[in-house]
Amino acid sequence: MPGSTESYDPKQVAVLSPEALAKAVEDAEKAFAAAADLEELAAVKPVHLGDRSPLLIARREIGALPPKARADAGKRLNASRVAVQAAFDRRRSELQAERDSNTLRAEAVDVTLPWDRVPTGARHPITTLCERIADAFIAMGYEVAEGPELEAEWFNFDALNFPKDHPARTMQDSFYVAPEGSGMVLRTHTSPVQVRALLARELPVYVVCPGRTFRTDALDATHTPVFHQMEGLAVDKGITMGHLKGTLDAFARAMFGESSRTRLRPSFFPFTEPSAEVDVWFPERKGGAGWVEWGGCGMVNPNVLRACGVDTAVYSGFAFGMGIERTLQFRNGITDMRDMVEGDVRFTCAFGMEA
Amino acid sequence: MRIPVSWLHDHAQLLDGEAAPTADQIADALLRAGLEVEAVHHLGPVSGPLVVGRVTEIEQLAGFAKPIRYCLVDDGEPAPRGVVCGATNFAVDDLVVLARPGTVLPGGVTIGARTTYGRTSDGMICSAAELGLGDDHTGIIVLPADAAVPGDSAVDVLGLDDAVIELAITPDRGYCLSARGLARELAIAFDVPYRDPAMFEVPAAESPSWPVHIEDEHGCRRFVVRQVAGLHAAAESPWWMRRRLYLAGMRPISLAVDVTNYVMLELGQPMHAFDAGKLDGDLVVRRATEGEKLTTLDGVCRELDPDDIVICDASGPLSLAAVMGGESTEVGPQTTNLLLEAANWDPASVARAARRHKLPSEAARRFERGVDPALAPAAAELAATLLTRYGGGVVLPGRTDVGTPPAPVSVVMPVDEPDRVAGRAYDRGVTVRRLSQIGCAVEQASTHGTTMLTVAPPPWRPDLVQPADLVEEVLRLEGYDTIPSTLPPAPPGRGLTAAQRRRRIVSRVLASAGYVEVLPSPFVSASIWDAFGLPDDDPRRYTTKLLNPLESDRDELATTLLPGLLDALIRNVARGQRDVALYGMAPVVLPQRGAPAMPEVGVLARPSDAEVAALRGALPAQPLHVGVVLVGQWERRGWWGAGRPATWADAIQAARLIGGAAGVELEVCAAHAPPWHPGRCGALQVDGHTAGHAGELHPAVVEALGLPPRTCAMELDLDALPLTSKRPAPLVSPYPPVLQDIALVVDASVPVAELTATLRRGAGDLLEDVRLFDVYTGDQIGPGKRSLAFALRFRAPDRTLTVAEATAARDAAVAAAAAAHDAILRS
Repeated sequence: MPGSTESYDPKQVAVLSPEALAKAVEDAEKAFAAAADLEELAAVKPVHLGDRSPLLIARREIGALPPKARADAGKRLNASRVAVQAAFDRRRSELQAERDSNTLRAEAVDVTLPWDRVPTGARHPITTLCERIADAFIAMGYEVAEGPELEAEWFNFDALNFPKDHPARTMQDSFYVAPEGSGMVLRTHTSPVQVRALLARELPVYVVCPGRTFRTDALDATHTPVFHQMEGLAVDKGITMGHLKGTLDAFARAMFGESSRTRLRPSFFPFTEPSAEVDVWFPERKGGAGWVEWGGCGMVNPNVLRACGVDTAVYSGFAFGMGIERTLQFRNGITDMRDMVEGDVRFTCAFGMEA
Repeated sequence: MRIPVSWLHDHAQLLDGEAAPTADQIADALLRAGLEVEAVHHLGPVSGPLVVGRVTEIEQLAGFAKPIRYCLVDDGEPAPRGVVCGATNFAVDDLVVLARPGTVLPGGVTIGARTTYGRTSDGMICSAAELGLGDDHTGIIVLPADAAVPGDSAVDVLGLDDAVIELAITPDRGYCLSARGLARELAIAFDVPYRDPAMFEVPAAESPSWPVHIEDEHGCRRFVVRQVAGLHAAAESPWWMRRRLYLAGMRPISLAVDVTNYVMLELGQPMHAFDAGKLDGDLVVRRATEGEKLTTLDGVCRELDPDDIVICDASGPLSLAAVMGGESTEVGPQTTNLLLEAANWDPASVARAARRHKLPSEAARRFERGVDPALAPAAAELAATLLTRYGGGVVLPGRTDVGTPPAPVSVVMPVDEPDRVAGRAYDRGVTVRRLSQIGCAVEQASTHGTTMLTVAPPPWRPDLVQPADLVEEVLRLEGYDTIPSTLPPAPPGRGLTAAQRRRRIVSRVLASAGYVEVLPSPFVSASIWDAFGLPDDDPRRYTTKLLNPLESDRDELATTLLPGLLDALIRNVARGQRDVALYGMAPVVLPQRGAPAMPEVGVLARPSDAEVAALRGALPAQPLHVGVVLVGQWERRGWWGAGRPATWADAIQAARLIGGAAGVELEVCAAHAPPWHPGRCGALQVDGHTAGHAGELHPAVVEALGLPPRTCAMELDLDALPLTSKRPAPLVSPYPPVLQDIALVVDASVPVAELTATLRRGAGDLLEDVRLFDVYTGDQIGPGKRSLAFALRFRAPDRTLTVAEATAARDAAVAAAAAAHDAILRS
């Protein structure tokens, strides 16, 4: 290589001559054009754009030119490089397009093929509805309370103001357990959890209690001996029946939509006084819009509060209970109760992960 | 309770004619007042010529399997009409209801002339059921001789423009099991005058009617006797009474029976009529003694319980008080002298007796809810009057009236108590007015600016014992719809507990993994334990038993979820599913031998902590279990290739998924635990305690239960897993790993889990992960051996690990495996 102090005519530095540069560009264009696919293009790229490509070698010679000539040569060299790069990019675009139109087309699959290779599970709508209801109340500040299914009669009846030989006890069609007089019963409602909550928690108490309940009704289209209830209880200073109505209205809206509303009808439960049946307005009821019996409710009977040690001069409360099966039945249009009990996967899978 | 609307009109002065409320409006008013209306039965409609006819001739037709009669009926037209009839409860000269051809009966049945049993039947003689008056199909209606004349429209005689309201009466409203009580509610609802049918002057009696001794004053609160003598034994009840009985759902039987039933429906006082001629001496009311027997009116000879209250004479028990009369003094076709009993009984005693003898009679239903003790003399008087009016004879002058009804207890409450409970202000005077309307005597007194009410409930309202009871009366009569809808201030809730969140996540994880949730039945049959091959002392056999199971062979409460899950599995397979994977979550009931007895705890005040603990302690443990059952292909066969059957490994993996969701590492070790396959069962352990099992079921169990081959199952006690409140964050090293694979030859009996643990221990802290990626058995390594290939990943937390360091750690792991398990490194 000539020394840098010497002056050379660019024409004497052959690799920087316009002819040589034009040839390099032409060679590159030919080589790129000749590449049949992206792999071949990638293979020839270093020859024309790599460290040892003619243009890169030529650039190292620029310093050998006299200062006046350098600018010219630089411009030429740069234009050539841009041209080669453009040629490369052009060809790559062409080849990519070609690949997209040929190769990828050849790789096409039938995307409608099923992929049911692993089974699809589902949650029971009773479970998901219980959670949904619980969530609605948790959002109102309630907590979820629980209790055992095989329950002491004291919790299921006595503390709930069912006198020993009162007809209200037989109203409930209980399953009793051996031996006779064991003092235990399969809970006939979730109301014993009210008593447990009041005994175990500090006042005020705002709880919902979802759970399994049991009555001696043979399984048919409208009855099941094992069913689910959702109990609600609020005991605080100054709780009124108006609060009960407002809470039920909010609950109905959460379950059945914003236009939903409830109606209270006087009724009787030993553990509430005053007591009421709750009806909910149901536009999609079979046979036309109308009131559907939804559950029972009332102001907690002072006898219950006393049995739980709550000062009735200061505190009052309301309670309500709904059948989950019943709610699901008219909410989702289930005509036969047995579908919810038998565990046929076709029924449950229809609800997926939420009813 | 069924009540004709026309009956209510007798006592509630509702508007008449055009302005009269419809039956549906009346039903709606009762509903709003708190009476559960089950149905409104509109009588009729009947159109066409339904008339009264007189039977003039009856010809028995021979040659048919059942009695068939051809009757000539005078229906007011010149020639009698011939009608074929299958009923036999009428005779020549009886007045009957005749549907001439062209009559359309309730239900849309059109009567025509037709040929039947070889005769032309030119119409139909009607039964109560055919006319929609009741359920009685047993015979046709025979009208009293003076009810009408042939040819009269029967629609008016029958009162077919009426309606019957059917109600379910709640236990607190015993007084509504009568026209008296229902009419009172109706009069209040429509704000019209009410006439109490029990409010009349009962004539004074000169002497007792019959000696009665109440030995059990607790059981019998009052006993009134009136006698009627010289009745025509064959006297019939008047048509209006029979009609009302029909409509109330009862069958007219005889004047004496009908009158006592009628008085019960009218006033709410159950009555009993003895044949006075069959009584032997003084009546004694007492509890039965051990071994005494009584044949009741239904012909059943009953062993009496010492808790039963009986009415006796010198011969012994005559009647099961308040529940059912006895056969020996039953009123019969020859009875002319009646002794009428109107008594009042202790509700709890009646409830026990009715339950004990399984006799939910109309009388017991009223007495166990409480009957107005003031009613007895009026009821006896009304019955005696009706009997003599329609049966002739005389009411004997004496009246026995013994016993001490409980004194009514007044309730004191602030006048604004209803306002406080409802959350609204009622107008001045509303509370006093409403309480007075239901029959309370109300006194007001003001002290320190607070007006207190002293309220004496009427004797027919034994349910009114505390202010809340009175509040309900005011609120319901003012209308629950006038109570505002407001929300209480939101309390500061803490959300779900850790256990509640875990339950949800476990459920979601199993469903996401491909399991379908079922709700396993808690009722199991003892035969399942034999099918499971459980040893005699297996704790799962020690169950809680139901006294009154729905299915007699499913009388045990499940100690495991597997029977319920397998039931659901079998049902799905029977319905054509081949590949089934189910899960269920539910508590099981695990009674303990020698568990303490349930304590007696009162309800008048909060139980002591010790009492609460004793109540809880007497209940069996009821841990929440989760289980899966699976059968068929886990991965389905498809266009991608072959499927993969569900195996023991999937069952164990289900447990691992649960452990992962719960943040608990479940250790698996081989176990022999029926009903699982002894070589394909893993015990699921937490901190050394077995919390469940998983694997393939024993082939004998599969066969015994008719399950598909290779059914697999897992069951885990979720409550046995410790709750993880917070999981510590791991150190995530940014330095590169060194990967090394090893293959170790060990005895086939060495569990992978143990070998893996040894490798982990031997390799030390630099080992980030160890994963088994191949298992080989075969000739190259000899019989009884396995080659287990592991991928080890080493990484340092603070620097780039060198290969030499990793190799040293690997060698240490191999050395530990060699020492512990005689493992040999395959090169």
